[in-house]
Amino acid sequence: MGIEGVGARVARKEDKRFITGAGRYVDDMVVPGMKHAAFVRSPHAHAQIKKIDVKKAQGMPGVIGVLTGKELKADGIGNLICGWMIHSKDGSPMKMGAWSPLAFDRVRYVGDAVVIVVAETKGQARDAAEAVEITYKELKAVVDASKAMDKGAPQIHPEADNNLIFDWDIGNADDTAAAFGKAAHVVKMDIINNRLVPNAMEPRAALGHYDKAEDHYTCWTTSQNPHVARLVMSAFYNVAPENKLRVIAPDVGGGFGSKIYIYPEEIVCLWASKKTGVPVKWVADRTESFLTDAHGRDHHTHAEMAFDKDHRILGLKVETQANLGAYMSLFSSATPTYLYATLLSGQYNIPAIHANVKAIYTNTAPVDAYRGAGRPEATFVMERMMETAARQFGVSPAELRRKNFVTAFPHQTPVIMCYDAGDYAASLDAAMQASDYAGFAKRKAAAANKGLLRGIGMSCYIEACGIAPSAAVGSLGAGVGLWESAEVRVNAVGTIEVLTGSHSHGQGHETTFAQLVNERFGVPIDSVSIVHGDTDKVQMGMGTYGSRSGAVGMSAIVKALDKVEAKAKKIAAHLLEADEGDIIIENGALKVAGTDKNVPWFQMALAAYTAHNLPGGMEPGLKETAFYDPSNFTFPAGCYICEVEVDPETGVTEIVQFVAADDFGNIINPMIVEGQVHGGLAQGIGQALLEGAHYDNSGQLLTASYMDYTMPRAGDLPSFKVSTSNTPCPGNPLGIKGCGEAGAIGSPPAVINAITDAIGSNDLAMPASPSTVWAAIRAATKH
Amino acid sequence: MSDVSLMVNGKRVSGAAEDRTLLVHFLRENLGLTGTHVGCDTSQCGACVVHVDGKAVKSCTMLAVQASGSTVLTIEGLANGADLHPVQAAFKEHHGLQCGFCTPGMIMTATDMISRHPEGLDEATVRAELDGNICRCTGYHNIVKAILAASKTMKGSKGKAKQAA
Repeated sequence: MGIEGVGARVARKEDKRFITGAGRYVDDMVVPGMKHAAFVRSPHAHAQIKKIDVKKAQGMPGVIGVLTGKELKADGIGNLICGWMIHSKDGSPMKMGAWSPLAFDRVRYVGDAVVIVVAETKGQARDAAEAVEITYKELKAVVDASKAMDKGAPQIHPEADNNLIFDWDIGNADDTAAAFGKAAHVVKMDIINNRLVPNAMEPRAALGHYDKAEDHYTCWTTSQNPHVARLVMSAFYNVAPENKLRVIAPDVGGGFGSKIYIYPEEIVCLWASKKTGVPVKWVADRTESFLTDAHGRDHHTHAEMAFDKDHRILGLKVETQANLGAYMSLFSSATPTYLYATLLSGQYNIPAIHANVKAIYTNTAPVDAYRGAGRPEATFVMERMMETAARQFGVSPAELRRKNFVTAFPHQTPVIMCYDAGDYAASLDAAMQASDYAGFAKRKAAAANKGLLRGIGMSCYIEACGIAPSAAVGSLGAGVGLWESAEVRVNAVGTIEVLTGSHSHGQGHETTFAQLVNERFGVPIDSVSIVHGDTDKVQMGMGTYGSRSGAVGMSAIVKALDKVEAKAKKIAAHLLEADEGDIIIENGALKVAGTDKNVPWFQMALAAYTAHNLPGGMEPGLKETAFYDPSNFTFPAGCYICEVEVDPETGVTEIVQFVAADDFGNIINPMIVEGQVHGGLAQGIGQALLEGAHYDNSGQLLTASYMDYTMPRAGDLPSFKVSTSNTPCPGNPLGIKGCGEAGAIGSPPAVINAITDAIGSNDLAMPASPSTVWAAIRAATKH
Repeated sequence: MSDVSLMVNGKRVSGAAEDRTLLVHFLRENLGLTGTHVGCDTSQCGACVVHVDGKAVKSCTMLAVQASGSTVLTIEGLANGADLHPVQAAFKEHHGLQCGFCTPGMIMTATDMISRHPEGLDEATVRAELDGNICRCTGYHNIVKAILAASKTMKGSKGKAKQAA
């Protein structure tokens, strides 16, 4: 490892622009003639649109255009779609209701876009939006998935009877029933995974520009995957053919899943730009983000786990209701199915599993993948069950887990996944040691002396990253392949550009991807530029989510680097009159092994482009492209231990220690990996203690601003103790597993296990706010 | 419309703004200083923190006309030419940023915090004083570390400056 190579703690190249205010986010973009948009949104959760009167708005100062869904339909703009087909257990396809980018006949959640107003200034657009008169006939709304299938519940889409989108299952029901028949103990729980709002700090934004001269569209958008946006907008929404549509995702201020999806606004801004003849920019305010960004989680689950007399797991039964909101967002169907139930084996040997998932429409914002996407929900079920089982059996939670760990690899679970490598006991041991687990009793006694209840809880999570083998996901219903592309361009002076289909919105790719090149060719990272986020520059890519940029994106770069290296060695061998097999790359030069004969990297590059003296038949230039399709998922895993102190008088919980021991496989930059863990932990702890999206029964979002939705702040969190072990992933050339989501996946059950341990009551909902904890303490004392 | 005249990052600037224009929008849209960000509508997130007459202020809580006549420092004016301010340098060194969106506000808050605590800072104080700034990426761990490190550096350099004097 060099000082800038793989494994080095290199400070980030991209930081310079962010710390000096020179970052360029969509809202910072200015195009000549650009005007501003505001959307008129439904104030009702469910209503028929009787009449839209735009006359008054059209006459307002500065107004350029006021456009409706009927005009959008007339121009042939298509409905939004979900790109992952799920079949119910009876074989029928999922029931996808129509989602027009601008609603024209019916609105189905508060925030549903109905009209776009384009005006000279943002203020004028908003003033005019308020003057649009829409007559609604209100309909009954339902917000709770558990009530949406009841008799008499409002029917949200004609396509989905009883609001049921699909009724899907996985695993083997008969084997599982048989396992329960042999059980000595059965643990049963009802578990709610609370609804969350992703809240990337940069609100979503779109700038659509139609160039009449070229008949060409450009869209600047807050996207984690601009190529997917272009593909979907082109193939399904009829905005423009791909060759006439450029999508640029410049600096993007956080995503966490919420910026994967193609939303109505970018489609409508592009269309409105053509209609009005001006570039149209829209930037969400925070309340619009709360109302319309795809939410996360919102599962209601009943789970039962069967154990033999020695506390070995025999089987698992899970029934989950997943609230998908008013419309099916782009990957909404995959999240509660293949990203959730396939991880229900946890880190454990479980011979039989059966899970049933019902996906349900409600009059709420669409729900889709949010950091972890299904895996936090699975982990919460598994790790609450394991902790509860240990308490019921009166055994050590650590030892119950250890007894049931998978220890031989590869390990085929009953729910599709085949774990390739791991050492779960190593992470458990590391976390127990770092947390001084053995000394807990002493600390608990000391807390008791202060009148505080101290508790400890753990969580041993596993997740699947590096999504995913294209053929495998295709067979499971995905509408796209999940490979990644890379192009490595060596310039004539030896500097390098890497074009990647991955997209960085905080992950530090400009640094870590350059480290990869440095490791291979010895070129300083300042001489390596990472190009991403522009469909005109990078040919094609699938983007960044599911912790895939390392395992898949970097693997594509490695493949391209392999090709560059092979050609570079051929050129060097020719120049040095040596055998190609004898050439090594060291300290920025290509050398004949065991001799002092060498050609510096930049001279080799220059030779490739002057082409005065190349091996016979070789094409000039040095630029290689690769597509990498993974052979398997990767399986990061680890153990988190949380220690809390609860004030029984107030219910206030303080996290006094949080330990994370993760196995991410090989690591490119430990500093960045630790940062990813910290951020994930904050989001997971936020879910456990603070965050929750709440609708009232009429479908109004009560938590639609930072005054009402509790974001984790610095004072809510401790400093974290993080460590990593690395069992290399055998499935990709770098041995990387991925680290972006682990923190958010593993931490909620650790926190809840700790609080329930402290208060001596196992019944506690997330978020465990002071009032919830206080009520749980009171309820437990009453018994 | 009103005339707004300010000293921003050492330069005198003026322009006309609607009475309802917030300082943050004047900075971003009239002056093109897009380093100051808007992350919410309720003065909660702190992405828009700038210094007005030497104090950290959320520039979304102030009308541009209210700020007229004031001296404003934004993230663009913090570094001394090519030399980063110690807080900027510490954020880079300690990985105190990921997506970068909250970063300008964090840095402007931190420089104000450090100057108000010449005696030095501890972790609890830093965490308490970051109450008005939300970050979704870092879990604050490295932001706290960066601010503590910068505080130490700046205290040290002041001490040295004093000694030299």
